Amino acid sequence: MSMELYRDTRLSSANEAGRVPFTGRASLSRRQILRNGVFGAAGLLLAGRLDSPAPAARRARAKAVIQIWLWGGPPHLDTFDPKPEAGNDYCGPLAKAIPTNVDGIMVGELLPLLAKQADKYSIIRSMTHGINSHETASYIVQTGRKPGDGQVYPCVGAVVSLFKGYDAGYTGLIPPYIVLTTPQGRFSEAGFLGSRYKPFATGGDPARTPFAVEGVVAQGITEKRQKSRRDFLGKLNTLGRVMKGDPQLAALDQCEKQAYDLILGDAGKVFDLSGEKKELRDQYGLNTFGQSCLVARRLVERGVPYVTINSRGWDTHKDHFPAMRRKLPEMDKGMATLLQDLSDRGLLESTIIWWSGEFGATPKVQWEPPWNGGRGHYGKVFSVVVAGGGFKGGRVVGASDEKGEEVKDRPVYPVDLIGSFYELLGIDPDAKLPHPQGLTVRATPSADDGVRSGGRLKEIM
Amino acid sequence: MNIRCLTVAAFLMFGPGAVTMSNAVVSPFESRGGLKPRSQIDRLVFGRLKQLGIEPANICSDAVFVRRVFLDVIGTLPTAQEARTFILDKSPGKRSALIDRLLEREEFADYWAMKWSDLLRVKAEFPINLWPNAVQAYHRWIRASIRDNVAYDRFVWELLTSSGSNFRVPQVNFYRAIQSKEPQAIAQAVALTFMGVRADKWDKDRLSGMAAFFSQVAYKGTVEWKEEIVTFDPNIAAFGPNSSGGLRAVFPDGSPVTLSADRDPRRVFADWLIDSKNPWFARNIVNRVWSWLLGRGIIHEPDDIRPDNPAVNPKLLAYLEKQLISHKYDLKHIYRLILYSDTYQLSCIPKTDKAEGAANFSHYPLRRLEAEVLIDALCQITGTTEKYSSAVPEPFTFVPEENRSIALADGSITSSFLEMFGRPPRDTGLESERSNRPSAAQRLHLLNSTHIRRKIEQSRKLRFLMQSKGNPRQVATRLYLAILSRFPTDEELKIVQTYSSSGSVKGREATVDLAWALINSPEFLYRH
Repeated sequence: MSMELYRDTRLSSANEAGRVPFTGRASLSRRQILRNGVFGAAGLLLAGRLDSPAPAARRARAKAVIQIWLWGGPPHLDTFDPKPEAGNDYCGPLAKAIPTNVDGIMVGELLPLLAKQADKYSIIRSMTHGINSHETASYIVQTGRKPGDGQVYPCVGAVVSLFKGYDAGYTGLIPPYIVLTTPQGRFSEAGFLGSRYKPFATGGDPARTPFAVEGVVAQGITEKRQKSRRDFLGKLNTLGRVMKGDPQLAALDQCEKQAYDLILGDAGKVFDLSGEKKELRDQYGLNTFGQSCLVARRLVERGVPYVTINSRGWDTHKDHFPAMRRKLPEMDKGMATLLQDLSDRGLLESTIIWWSGEFGATPKVQWEPPWNGGRGHYGKVFSVVVAGGGFKGGRVVGASDEKGEEVKDRPVYPVDLIGSFYELLGIDPDAKLPHPQGLTVRATPSADDGVRSGGRLKEIM
Repeated sequence: MNIRCLTVAAFLMFGPGAVTMSNAVVSPFESRGGLKPRSQIDRLVFGRLKQLGIEPANICSDAVFVRRVFLDVIGTLPTAQEARTFILDKSPGKRSALIDRLLEREEFADYWAMKWSDLLRVKAEFPINLWPNAVQAYHRWIRASIRDNVAYDRFVWELLTSSGSNFRVPQVNFYRAIQSKEPQAIAQAVALTFMGVRADKWDKDRLSGMAAFFSQVAYKGTVEWKEEIVTFDPNIAAFGPNSSGGLRAVFPDGSPVTLSADRDPRRVFADWLIDSKNPWFARNIVNRVWSWLLGRGIIHEPDDIRPDNPAVNPKLLAYLEKQLISHKYDLKHIYRLILYSDTYQLSCIPKTDKAEGAANFSHYPLRRLEAEVLIDALCQITGTTEKYSSAVPEPFTFVPEENRSIALADGSITSSFLEMFGRPPRDTGLESERSNRPSAAQRLHLLNSTHIRRKIEQSRKLRFLMQSKGNPRQVATRLYLAILSRFPTDEELKIVQTYSSSGSVKGREATVDLAWALINSPEFLYRH
């Protein structure tokens, strides 16, 4: 396949097409789509900005993002894109779809609580990028960029941290970009922006009391001892005294002061769940995922602009269905309660919820050993859920085919989703990112970057 | 300066045969006696400083030296015993002797293989995708080359000209550890790594002229998982201005060459590159070694050599280049020249406020320990280990716990500590990828995290050091030697005594707090 050739023709049709994102797609047979794979799948190359130049910066509707990240690829057929008609080869034992509180929208049978919240979220059933390897797919879904041009771009969290964090007047002691509880791994969140924009990983487990956030909550050290230690440390700083006024040591000192403000001050109480009502904690689910959702709400409530809940264990090649029976009820409880709780507190309007993995899971079940009923990696089509922060609820965007194997309608590419987030957050998609070698790099890619787009999610914004 | 004239007396020593130090020291960080520049490096550096009217710092103390040279040369903290033995050693040539010993240690190969793996982007996964088998093979080859002190021109020539399987001829991974396999991307990586030049700033023709040398690199898969053969394939359609006579390429100095189909153009390029008259090759590496040891290049940044970024001390740079060439590209010779010099052995306490001072090496610059070095030092002090594992290929690979972090081969191995402390992602090979800047999150982690607290509180090694069979001074001295590689001053001992008798902390808590405070002191966290 030649990207170059492809690009020329697509560009002109995209320009003419303007805001009608499907022009030209009909001329591609499925075979072509399959062959084109990766970035050559159905849809358009981003031609300039398909959307009208966003007056976004003036109209920020969202203040924060809670990213529910399901590392390993949550199965679209068992969650938000059920295909009960596809039969046992596709559905396995989870053959039932259940109705939601929105007419015509069905979800998987293990999501009864989320079924009652469907009016609050929209399901994108035609997400696509075509990549089936974890690390590359994670990169594409979270940066919207195509790999291989010599740059490693920052993910959404790092960009939000840049535009909504300390550089933009955020003054909270809690870092502006938090991940609960462990870093994603195999993924460089900040890319070329560098370590300053990396997330702060809490460590610890919010399902335990206390939630021992690394560095912030130290069990068994009284405040009195913290203070006397700090004083002791200051007195023993012989090098610091000899080199008084050294700018490097002054910078270290400043960091130490910030750290102690967090250790000794009240800001760290955001992680203390003991003040929450027991019933509410139960509703979220007394497990790491459920309580992480609760902590995420508390963080957003206190102005933290970006929180990632890193949920592991969705890479279920083997014994997939028993794993889903364990994992999905926890996810259902935690996420459904989060939606309800944010809504009750009037925070859903200003908080984007983004539920996604790096891809979906193979629709056709692998029954043979050693998988014994497993699902593999699947980037050709999968589901993503968005809610709040200016996204409408109760909608479905796009569709997969009858077996959930191909995009049937309205392909949505990572850049479309990310561009939509930025627009809602009031981040100019054309804003320049600071680059260590001074290159001009925008928050979202342009036509020159050869990234495919189906257009931002205007239909649900 | 309120710390001076502190005599370290016999009662501070532990073990049999306590020694009395004959010379009182100026501060724990400086030694007495003026500069006696003996080497050519010193004449060139101090001469330049004199022109600028800048007084260089004093020579560092033995305690500072032993710690500095261990960290700089082998990325490893000296043990308490090593520090103590060196400080008490009275032989006149002990500094040079220590340098020579360190250059032969196994950790020398570990530490510099780490540095080279940063530059060569040794990483299993995105965006480099060498994959684990090739990472291991490549890292092992790099490490062995450093251990055996393979001549630098040969090391580079092999990286640039080898053909074969990425598992069996590890050098070929050079061509795989680049984000793109396009000839221009390869040319940029070659220019950056071995010429210290950022070819992305060149005009198009110059870049494509150089790229032509890499236009016939072929990559072929095999039936083995992630095996790839890298070879010269003359059948690949020529790249660039291809007239009938053959492939035309242009060296970065502007001289054109016509390539014939029977000769691998990579060899033509490599021969040009390693020629002793090449204006970039030797300059790039001596400037880098200087910057690795002294925190700043003679041309700075060391990987941004261009006509409008001149050397601060051209004679110094020229001297080092000549030395490398006349010593047959023996890099250890360059290490030795620099490490032996008074310039390297200056204290970190400047005598000038002038910005040119730092740029002209008037004192040793403070630098935070690199992420891997820092965690290794913490493990050494506490006798603990770290767990590292790789998620590919499945089932997961677990790195043996006794392995040190500086010896990790794969930049893709996830570690929140290493990332928090600025380990480079190994995406581009730029020196600036590694960040040693402090952050509040790092401070939180060292001051108060369970990770570090457990290391200190549950350490059997520290518990042994903290046994207070002797007096509290002995315990303090042991901790100072293990953590800061020096004896405590009288004043420090008084502070420690006051703290433990203040009643605010109980018994062992006071010694735990002392270990904690020393680990959190800038003196521990920074190379100085």
